[in-house]
Amino acid sequence: MSDDIIARVTGVIAKTQHIPPESVTIDSSFEELKIDSLDGINILFALEAEFDLDIPDDAARQIRSVREMAEGIEKLLAAKQAT
Amino acid sequence: MTRRVAVTGIGVICAAGRTRPEFWDSLKSGKSAIGPMSLVPGNSVRFPNAAEVRDYRPLDYFDPKEADLLDRFAQFALIAAREAVADSGIAFDKENTAIVTGSCIGGKTTEDEGFRGLYALNNTRFPPLSIPKAMANAGASRISLEYGITGPVYTVSTACSSANHAIGQAFWMVRNGSVEAAVAGGSEAPFSLGLLKAWEAMRVVSPDTCRPFSKDRRGLILGEGAAMLVLESMDRAVARGARVWGEIAGFGMSSDAHHLTQPSAAGAARAMRAALNDGPVTPEAVGYINAHGTGTPANDPTEVEAIRSIFDTGRLLISSTKSIHGHALGAAGAIEAAATLLALNCGIVPPTANFTEPDPQCEIDAVPNTARAAQIEYAMSNSFAFGGLNAVLLFRKPLQ
Repeated sequence: MSDDIIARVTGVIAKTQHIPPESVTIDSSFEELKIDSLDGINILFALEAEFDLDIPDDAARQIRSVREMAEGIEKLLAAKQAT
Repeated sequence: MTRRVAVTGIGVICAAGRTRPEFWDSLKSGKSAIGPMSLVPGNSVRFPNAAEVRDYRPLDYFDPKEADLLDRFAQFALIAAREAVADSGIAFDKENTAIVTGSCIGGKTTEDEGFRGLYALNNTRFPPLSIPKAMANAGASRISLEYGITGPVYTVSTACSSANHAIGQAFWMVRNGSVEAAVAGGSEAPFSLGLLKAWEAMRVVSPDTCRPFSKDRRGLILGEGAAMLVLESMDRAVARGARVWGEIAGFGMSSDAHHLTQPSAAGAARAMRAALNDGPVTPEAVGYINAHGTGTPANDPTEVEAIRSIFDTGRLLISSTKSIHGHALGAAGAIEAAATLLALNCGIVPPTANFTEPDPQCEIDAVPNTARAAQIEYAMSNSFAFGGLNAVLLFRKPLQ
């Protein structure tokens, strides 16, 4: 996975959650970061802006960790480039 | 089962003060907190002045994440509730406590920002916290979470009568034994361009200041803030040695069924009579009325006519503290309930500020500009809403 994507995803999460950037890693779970369902939609909103993406509801529901989030973003970006 | 209902906690945040003591100092001084509007760009509406909570910084009260999640009106609700609960010293019986809040517009300023994004900036997406931020019950729900209160919790929206309806409902629940205690009041934060333009179009906002009952009055001044009361049965309050600010002695409501915006003296009088009958308290026992007193040409003479149809106004003091803290819409009744309770408790009637000239249409003792010492047993607080919905609370001084 691209370091750039990881850095941007973790940066968005830290900013949205008002937590130190170093506390968010690719291996962090949402539970560890105390990200609840409402936080989740707020982060998705910020990620859509960051990557100029439209994240579908079905894809969003599956995500439970930072890694899944970054992987999902990477897939969506790849799909976007392919079209 | 009918019980007496004590007010054991009062919390206030509004233009006239960030806390109950600051608020009461402002009211006693009679210094109006109305000033130049800062929350919306100058010259964007015809009225330049407002009663804002100046230099309000959410992070003084909330952590950054929570501040993001709460509209300004819900923040005010929680700030006032925290002060009231701390003041009361109550340990809630959580299942047997109610929360009833009033708000006219809820989080419409949050919605206004989102709509601006859609319509003016061509955004295709809407900020995701908008729904829980904008819901009118956001304040009530957040107070419920803060204290783990699991009894009846809801919000009343009846325009400018919202808070009086809310406090009245909570009062009745405590009085009839449905709950042991309640947190009740109202909150509002109406300063966004879209809403102010709508108020401008109503042509009821004053281009200078708010001068209730004064001959040269030119309209209301919009305000913001919140006030919350802690209510509990008098027996419980006395048993735990709580300080009792006062008692709620009656509540009455009515609908004008007359006109959407024109006030009706008959409708207002019906609500006042209903509050007296609910006591029951005789009109002669009432020494002070905290008037709805918006300072609009239409409201004030109609309210005076309604009062005169019930009371001998020769010895009655009637002031409108909206001249000091502005018209905080759905929070107005709660802020004025706080003012009325403090007046009874302290033996000082707050004045009608900005008063310049008596109006023959409003022949009352409006306590112009200077607070007055007065030992009063019963006082009334009026709220009359657009839509013709009237709600009146009756308070009693605590027995020594």
